[in-house]
Amino acid sequence: MSELSVKHLLGIKYLSEADIHLIFETADHFKEVINRSIKKVPTLRDITIANLFFENSTRTRLSFELAEKRLSADVINFSAASSSVKKGETLVDTVNNILSMKVDMVVMRHPNPGAGIYLSRHIDASIVNAGDGAHEHPTQALLDSYSIRERLGDVAGKKVVIVGDILHSRVALSNIYALNKLGAEVKVCGPKTLIPKYIDHLGVQVENDLNKALAWCDVANMLRVQNERMDISYFPTTREYTQQFGLNKQRLERLDKEIVVMHPGPINRGVEVTSEVADSDQAIILDQVENGVAVRMAVLYLLASKIDRNED
Amino acid sequence: MSQKVLLNANEVKIALHRLACQLIENHNDFSNTVLIGLQPRGIYLADRLKQLLETDYGIDKIQLGYLDITFYRDDFRRGDKILEANSTQINFIVENKRVVFVDDVLYTGRSIRSALTAIQSFGRPNEIELLCLIDRRFSRHLPIQPDYHGRQVDAIGQEKVIVNWEDQDGEDAVYLVPR
Repeated sequence: MSELSVKHLLGIKYLSEADIHLIFETADHFKEVINRSIKKVPTLRDITIANLFFENSTRTRLSFELAEKRLSADVINFSAASSSVKKGETLVDTVNNILSMKVDMVVMRHPNPGAGIYLSRHIDASIVNAGDGAHEHPTQALLDSYSIRERLGDVAGKKVVIVGDILHSRVALSNIYALNKLGAEVKVCGPKTLIPKYIDHLGVQVENDLNKALAWCDVANMLRVQNERMDISYFPTTREYTQQFGLNKQRLERLDKEIVVMHPGPINRGVEVTSEVADSDQAIILDQVENGVAVRMAVLYLLASKIDRNED
Repeated sequence: MSQKVLLNANEVKIALHRLACQLIENHNDFSNTVLIGLQPRGIYLADRLKQLLETDYGIDKIQLGYLDITFYRDDFRRGDKILEANSTQINFIVENKRVVFVDDVLYTGRSIRSALTAIQSFGRPNEIELLCLIDRRFSRHLPIQPDYHGRQVDAIGQEKVIVNWEDQDGEDAVYLVPR
């Protein structure tokens, strides 16, 4: 059987297309497992995983924790808010202290882009990037592509528009990498102030008119307006943003086709998508959440497979 | 590479009929019995047995499932290669059922131990039996024995038993080959 080409999951950029397909095929098996009456398997029962969250997160941390527990791993959780990081300890010191407790894998969210890459050069444990600043969020992109594959049969050849705050979004960047590697066509759509200048280099097109983007696409991935990262004013008002880039029923009804609506959550209902759209059959938002557990189980399983092999 | 034929096509056929008859003796019309083929290779034997029971012995509506034990094995990360999962297809409840595990070769017994753990995710069977085509007796690492076997073989650790099936491999045959 093929194996992952990487020891860490630091970003989609570092995965091959074959890696992504392997993760998807493994996730298929775990999806069957988590739909059983007893959802737990003993696969990782001698593995200890530390969830290091230097930045607040609810759904990603819960999804990882559930994936780890369903694989029977021992789990320890760390949150920066209640740690010695506040006392000035460095990242490497913090992580090395935790690794001294015989931890095999680290799942890390960090506000600084590249934190996972930096850490991977200083420690031996396998690292899973659970979001590093505005850089990458690889497991989110994997579960997004997996959900598209599940709904539409394949990712290759599909047209996907990513709508909203592309500039601050690690979800957008990871999704662009993943969708491009899997053969999808990608456009981004959003206020000009929230489209990064380097976007052309990523092999995607920009469409400023949401109606045109919707008419073109098979899938609309609506991103959250990240108010917490808006240190300057990128658009005049939320109301104006919603009028231009919000997805509502009227916009969908104007199309002569049914598109798939995605959102990585948490949703600002009435801003990026209306409740009517978010709760419709076209939206696969809750499927994304369920698939997130299966995909993260697959990633942890495949990376853990390599840990002992490297030690042998 | 020297190989020894343990069972030829005719002997496989005879063994399959005998196993089918033994199952009928204990399970009658299979109304409360389910067959579970163990992935990866036990499913072919399970398919053949089901087909035989239905066509030659007139027993219909036999429930057959496939069970993958990859995530329950005790050698995860200890082998030479990453364990590849297969599909599990059990679309019925095993609660209070009589379950017959079906595998082509019984060797150390570790796969069966994993299967005993795995099946618990689908309910609590009344009883579990084990059927295998080839029983490599004297090779067990665990106290597990088959209830039904096609043939017992005394093979040393450096030898491997290969079971071929006509629809998969072009012939019904069992070989003993050096590793």
